[in-house]
Amino acid sequence: MKFSDFIATQALLPVLGSTTKESVIGELVDALVSSGNVQASDRDDIIRAIMKREELGSTGIGRGVAVPHTKHVGVGKLVGTVGVSQEGIDFDSLDGHKAELFFLLVSPPDRPGDHLRALENISRQLRNDTFCRFLKQSKTGEDITQLLKEADDNHFGS
Amino acid sequence: MSQFLSTATVVVSNPQGLHMRPANLLVTAAAKFSSNVTIIREGQSVDCKSILGILTLGAIQGSQLDLRAEGPDADSAIETIVDLFQRGFDEPTE
Repeated sequence: MKFSDFIATQALLPVLGSTTKESVIGELVDALVSSGNVQASDRDDIIRAIMKREELGSTGIGRGVAVPHTKHVGVGKLVGTVGVSQEGIDFDSLDGHKAELFFLLVSPPDRPGDHLRALENISRQLRNDTFCRFLKQSKTGEDITQLLKEADDNHFGS
Repeated sequence: MSQFLSTATVVVSNPQGLHMRPANLLVTAAAKFSSNVTIIREGQSVDCKSILGILTLGAIQGSQLDLRAEGPDADSAIETIVDLFQRGFDEPTE
């Protein structure tokens, strides 16, 4: 699965304004609402579900990366967005470091395979230091879109 | 220090596959051992102590994985990790 299969390019947030875990999740979900990928009526429920998932164990997987996610009946296909925080946000990450790169995913409950393929793609790209560095340096949504496109075209190796 | 090798083959039994939570459980379990533990799927080999590594396997339900531990506590490491797979990471089986 490629980024272009699930990342909503109209919902990218190169300059996150949030400073807390709950507010950054809200900011990312709001971006998916504004882009039309998530219904406004599902907003609060999705945020609640993502926070509940975080209570089971942080999705801050280290290297400054967090992948907050949930399943929700309100989406017909897997959707996600990307956010970047220059200061970093305390996300209770496994390695104790702040999270700077966020990939938020909402998937339909009956498609566990799609969710796994998205995680596979994200984690494969994030193992590449150049990809991480460029993502952190992104200033605009266009920068991120271009970077994701290059990743989809295997510019960063496997 | 004496070195030992222990291996096993497991199948991903939980319906959700190796998503983030099981990956986390594997990393936490493997980190308790000094042995190097690797998971191999269709020739792709990843460190069982790396969540990013495990997630790159994209292992869905039914995937067959080879486990390999090398080090002084290799047997215990394999035993612990096989147990996690056999319990389906304590997830609902639907």
